[in-house]
Amino acid sequence: MTGRIAVTSGGLSTTVQDLGRPGRYSIGMPPSGAMDQYSYRLANLLVGNDEGAAALEATYIGPTLEFGDERLVAVTGGDAAVTVNGEPVPTWEAFHVEAGDVLAFGMISSGARPYVAVSGGVDVPEYLGSRSTYTLIGLGGHEGRKLADGDELALGNADGAGAAGTRLPDELVPQLGPDIEVRTVVGLCSYRLTQAALDSFLSTSWKVTKDADRVGYRLRGGTLDFVEREQPFGAGSDPANVVDLGYPVGSVQVPGGDEPIVLLGDAVTGGGYATIGTVVSVDRDLFGQAKTGDTIRFRPVDVDGALAARAERAELLQRARAALRTPSTR
Amino acid sequence: MTELPPARYEFGGDEFVFVELDQQMSIEANFKAMMITNALADRALDGIVDICPSNASYLIRIDPDVLSPHELVAVLRELEGQAGEVPEDYVLPTRIVDIPVLFDDPWTHEALMRFRDRHQDPDSTDLEYGARVNGFDTVQAFIDHLSGNPWLVTMLGFVPGLPFCYQLEPRERQVQVPKYVRPRTFTPERAFGIGGAFSVIYPVQGAGGYQLYGISPVPVLDVRQDHPDFAHSIVFPRVGDIWRYRSIDRAEYDQTRAQVENGQFRFRQRDVEFSPSAFLADPQAVNDRLLEVLYT
Repeated sequence: MTGRIAVTSGGLSTTVQDLGRPGRYSIGMPPSGAMDQYSYRLANLLVGNDEGAAALEATYIGPTLEFGDERLVAVTGGDAAVTVNGEPVPTWEAFHVEAGDVLAFGMISSGARPYVAVSGGVDVPEYLGSRSTYTLIGLGGHEGRKLADGDELALGNADGAGAAGTRLPDELVPQLGPDIEVRTVVGLCSYRLTQAALDSFLSTSWKVTKDADRVGYRLRGGTLDFVEREQPFGAGSDPANVVDLGYPVGSVQVPGGDEPIVLLGDAVTGGGYATIGTVVSVDRDLFGQAKTGDTIRFRPVDVDGALAARAERAELLQRARAALRTPSTR
Repeated sequence: MTELPPARYEFGGDEFVFVELDQQMSIEANFKAMMITNALADRALDGIVDICPSNASYLIRIDPDVLSPHELVAVLRELEGQAGEVPEDYVLPTRIVDIPVLFDDPWTHEALMRFRDRHQDPDSTDLEYGARVNGFDTVQAFIDHLSGNPWLVTMLGFVPGLPFCYQLEPRERQVQVPKYVRPRTFTPERAFGIGGAFSVIYPVQGAGGYQLYGISPVPVLDVRQDHPDFAHSIVFPRVGDIWRYRSIDRAEYDQTRAQVENGQFRFRQRDVEFSPSAFLADPQAVNDRLLEVLYT
């Protein structure tokens, strides 16, 4: 079993993910990729991989993995007790495993999605330039689906760039909590909401429902009224309907007026519901670590605020790379 | 041709620009979206990630580290100014394709019966309801109308390969139906449905809110690219395609399905030129000509 991982337990929903599969939105293909890109990239850097190597994204309940050979491993993202052969190991730090060692997860204590990077990366075949799993269509990753008990994953060749004990300084580790604020550019078809509804959208603490996955997060907490109008030709008769249009990744729509949906990595790329704004790209990571029952508040920023958030994130990543003494890959 | 309102430019966060050409659907808005997005593609700007023409709007994804959203909007406004209204002599080189559909089939019938509690009219089938609200005396007359003249593919999306199609009929003859009150959690693969003024074929099994009328034996998505007509792309439809949904019987459905399974199936398709102004002046003459080209 050299160069392989045996999946003893797949966990709740563990998939192979990488930077994603951009560039095919016009045929209806979402980018997929790790939901929390920062944690995912850092996991790779900690074990000496390229930032874009394929890693495992777990959801709530992590997998149990038996290693076939000696590797460096790092766990980042959602915070859970992690053990090797029953002994606790640190997170946000590279550690060594030997052939036969078993990595296991306890219950998640904060966040939602732990990432597991292994030196050499997970070596599933690339599909259209990416190893990310897109389960809705069943493509990419390991057979296009979440991991199941008894699966085996091939690993790439580790080049020995990493070192056990490499640790991300605490100040660069994201603080995860149950009350989440995301920066949002209001717009798109926000003219469909009344001013009172828009104000209420921005002032409400929305609760994450059980209907929250890689496609999108459905929220609850208030009712938003649409401006009355005679529906335009082709839109359909519901006041939430518009002539079907493209949905940005991160966009927010409100079917029925009472349950906003935020679209994420496996987004449906278009449809006929009015969109009212877009979460800035770097704050999509925060949804990757949001779980059922957490609260979400949308803080309005303009496009320059969104670009500033992006620049801050780039700077943070640079600091992390420097701290780990890894040359920049992007 | 009808004049469109001024376009609305909206930032979708830092990575997307959404441009609404009109709130209502029209051939004019759709062709303008095609013209502007084609012109943008021709410029081959660095930093453009996706160009997605939609029904009466379009969506662009950028890498803002390479191309700023402000710069992109300036380029798009310039292209909108250059495009003006769709010119009278504008001609779209495209293809017309025969898409067989088994209407009132057992699979979509079973699916829609499972979700009557989510429908406007639980006591009718989707076809009976659609026929009634569009003023047709019989379901057969409604099917004849849907499968008579061709449709224009005006957008791809929702999931990979799903075509949104707009009926090539004068507005007073176009069918419109509402979407389900609450979406179904199940739709069969290759189901044919209508919502608003748009028909679709669902590429894969999954959720859906469009009224269900039939099923096609032929795929619109082929992830493994096994079929010869998918050699260049995993999806068959292209924006600007003209599709004729031909009503077929169960025997032809089974035969075509078998051909798809054994790799023998090829789409019947012909290259054509489509002039929006000619269509708007005399729709039936253009449709008759398109169908003549397709079947000779």
